[in-house]
Amino acid sequence: MLNAVMFFFFAALALTSAILMVTRRNIVHGAVFLITTLLATAGIFLQLQAEFLFVVQIILYVGGIMVLFVFVIMLVNLDVSLHLVQFNRQRFVAGVLAVVLAAQVLGAFWVGRASLGPGAKQVMEPKNTEAVGQALFQRYMLPFEIASILLLVAMIGAVVMAKRRV
Amino acid sequence: MQAGMPMPIDAYLLLSLALFTIGVVGVLTRRNVIVMLMSIELILNAVNINLVAFSRYWGAVDGQIFAIFIITDAAAEAAVGLGIILAFFRNRQTVLADEMDMLRW
Repeated sequence: MLNAVMFFFFAALALTSAILMVTRRNIVHGAVFLITTLLATAGIFLQLQAEFLFVVQIILYVGGIMVLFVFVIMLVNLDVSLHLVQFNRQRFVAGVLAVVLAAQVLGAFWVGRASLGPGAKQVMEPKNTEAVGQALFQRYMLPFEIASILLLVAMIGAVVMAKRRV
Repeated sequence: MQAGMPMPIDAYLLLSLALFTIGVVGVLTRRNVIVMLMSIELILNAVNINLVAFSRYWGAVDGQIFAIFIITDAAAEAAVGLGIILAFFRNRQTVLADEMDMLRW
């Protein structure tokens, strides 16, 4: 019962603020609504007992990436852009295409639902952070190192791109 | 409903699909490049919900590891993408996608 209440609260919050993020005229408001969506997703992670991802989502996504977005919006935002048309000319075609895509995924889900299986019998172990750390530094050691190289490349790329004279 | 799951897995998949579709609509219809980039973040976030739900469904932690890698990827993508937007804004004073047509004849 409590699980259902938590799920529907966070799902409704995430969906509402996602729709508002896409449709708002002011992109600063859009960024704030995206932050709300990400926080609601963090709540859903917590409800799924993924505590480590809950913390990572809040610290890294909301505290890191979204602050970067807001900074760039402040640097780039022009007041004139508030009075322009916000959607491009292909919006109706794009809307129809998105609905078709969603229907396709829904159809695939409907067909594949039967073969999904009953799921695992065992419950997740309660020490989530310890389990994530064990998996990350044993089975997924090489992807972890590659991810660190990716971050280094992205850091150098961002510095070069944002430099005043290239 | 399965013993370990707090909700049926269908609920998480449908929520993820809805968020994904909203993100696709945002990328395809908005003119502002920053909003398009934020919609891409929304899409990646929807995928993360799927991964964590299946991680719980199978009782294995691997899906959460993949979600961590996706968050890393989103951070790298946001840093480089926003750098490109800043560089473009310095040169052309616009952030609208349909005015970025220098390669068009």
